[in-house]
Amino acid sequence: MSLLGHYSYWITVFLMTAGLYIVIARGNLVKKLIGLSIFQTSVYLLYVAPGKVIGGTAPIISPHYAVYSNPLPHVLILTAIVVGVATLALGLALAVRIREMYGSIEEDEILAADRDAEGRA
Amino acid sequence: MTLAQLPVLEVVVPLIAAPLTLILRRASVAWAITMAACAFSFVAAVLLAAEVARVGPLSYHIGSWAPPWGIEYRVDALSAFVLVLVSGIGTAVAPFAWRSVAAELRSDQIYLFYTMYCLCFAGLLGMTITGDAFNLFVFMEIASLSSYVLIALGRDRRALLASFQYLILGTIGATFFVIGVGLLFLKTGTLNLADMAVRLEGLTNERSVLAALAFITVGMSLKLALFPLHLWLPNAYTYAPSAVTALLAATATKVSVYVLLRFYFGVFGLHLVTQVLPMPEILMGLSILAIVTASLVALWQTDLKRLFAYSSVAQIGYITLGVSMASLDGLTASIVHLFNHGITKGALFLLLGIVALHAGNTQFASARGLARSMPITALGITLAGLSLIGVPGTAGFVSKWYLVLAALEAGRWWLAALVVATSLIAVAYVWRFVEAAYLSPPTAQTPAAGDTPMSMLVPAWLLVAACIWFGFDTSFTVEGARRAATLLLGAGP
Repeated sequence: MSLLGHYSYWITVFLMTAGLYIVIARGNLVKKLIGLSIFQTSVYLLYVAPGKVIGGTAPIISPHYAVYSNPLPHVLILTAIVVGVATLALGLALAVRIREMYGSIEEDEILAADRDAEGRA
Repeated sequence: MTLAQLPVLEVVVPLIAAPLTLILRRASVAWAITMAACAFSFVAAVLLAAEVARVGPLSYHIGSWAPPWGIEYRVDALSAFVLVLVSGIGTAVAPFAWRSVAAELRSDQIYLFYTMYCLCFAGLLGMTITGDAFNLFVFMEIASLSSYVLIALGRDRRALLASFQYLILGTIGATFFVIGVGLLFLKTGTLNLADMAVRLEGLTNERSVLAALAFITVGMSLKLALFPLHLWLPNAYTYAPSAVTALLAATATKVSVYVLLRFYFGVFGLHLVTQVLPMPEILMGLSILAIVTASLVALWQTDLKRLFAYSSVAQIGYITLGVSMASLDGLTASIVHLFNHGITKGALFLLLGIVALHAGNTQFASARGLARSMPITALGITLAGLSLIGVPGTAGFVSKWYLVLAALEAGRWWLAALVVATSLIAVAYVWRFVEAAYLSPPTAQTPAAGDTPMSMLVPAWLLVAACIWFGFDTSFTVEGARRAATLLLGAGP
């Protein structure tokens, strides 16, 4: 029960590690950003899933309802999503600028280009 | 009446200044707005610090929603102290930026620089003043995202990659932090830091609380560049525009240390951090590694900005070393060093900005014979360097003195010896500059004597003077830090 009952946590942990792995293992800047987004998305799930109470309603004071879900996690994650979008947009903008200056978005090629430039200087 | 609104105005004024600079577009107008907003925040921070010293902690309820439901801004001995440092540095760097940025950036980008400067400044102040965990995360991201942009504005194309790497690592750090906050929120059902501390009291052995402590420690360690999570820092500091390096080096990592202190002692409490998990041992080991390795690496650098960037990693090690002792003296040393290192590094990077203005770079080759062509700047770098080493009569001495005292009090004489021994490495790298500037003949790269604008020289020298002043008059720094340390140790369960 508890293993299956916690399935949302398993998904969270899977997304978290998968995202972090992509960031570390991939040299392509855009793929890194995709990994970073997956990693951030896992946190959205971590917050939102426990906020759902089965059978619960929005916290409206009424004699008809007894079980309420806390809406705060959703509001927090709305903010976190905005932050995530801003980070992704900035990261992609930087990737575009890097591509303009280096002609590549592969990390090893960029570092090699920098080493060449330093060697010539 | 106005005084009651000061805690929120402290953050809101620079936050509103940011879009204003964007709308008005003119570089000179943008600069004037930034300057006014920074100066306002500095005056407000000083007033708040005086008020806190007089009546004790201030609590401001945003929109009059009472905590723990509403967001609370909390000014106490510690946050007031950090507010004065951050807003003071921001106000010193803003006039410097006027000429420095004009020389280093494309003219159509200048007003955007000030937009980002205001945002970063507001974010750092917000992180310091807020008493709400999620609000802290949002301000952290405001400060971080704007600092990525500021770093990417550097002239060198390597600034772009440095900014990208900082974006990746900084976002991982912030996300780790927010995972930790999420776990705490699930456990306690509150986001107000003080309320969280109360509700955590009985939960010291819960696994999710320990996981939250671990996540927040790792996340903030990335942000404050604790060895070995400092890899983003040297490149970011080296390739960023001079004014940005001075602002970030003096404030960004310090505010992250503040957040770590706040969570360790204000939320988790002494028992959980020191007894349940071996945090002090881990922090101490990493701090020692940071001090030794980064000081040694600094010795071999050929660029002055990069040298002092590595020196920053080492100095952050001293700050976290004080935290790791978790005693009144240790925390006092740590908080004093947070301030003293902030003004010292601010002074150094501003003066290096003057070198960059004349020489176009900060290579050692450009510093050769510098004392002849730019004697005032060379003298300033030397004096700030002495403070970095911790020579008596400078601010750096005061903080290292308390660090040694704390180590001796804990019976760790070897730690005291290590602090003194590693200061000798600092002597070596500062000497490399002195030798180049005073004893070497000028080379073709040495900048000719030129007029340095007063708008750059005066702020830099004000910070150098502060390094000397706080070496003699410790009433503000040590007293303030001791009050803050007492508060932290008293606040835990």
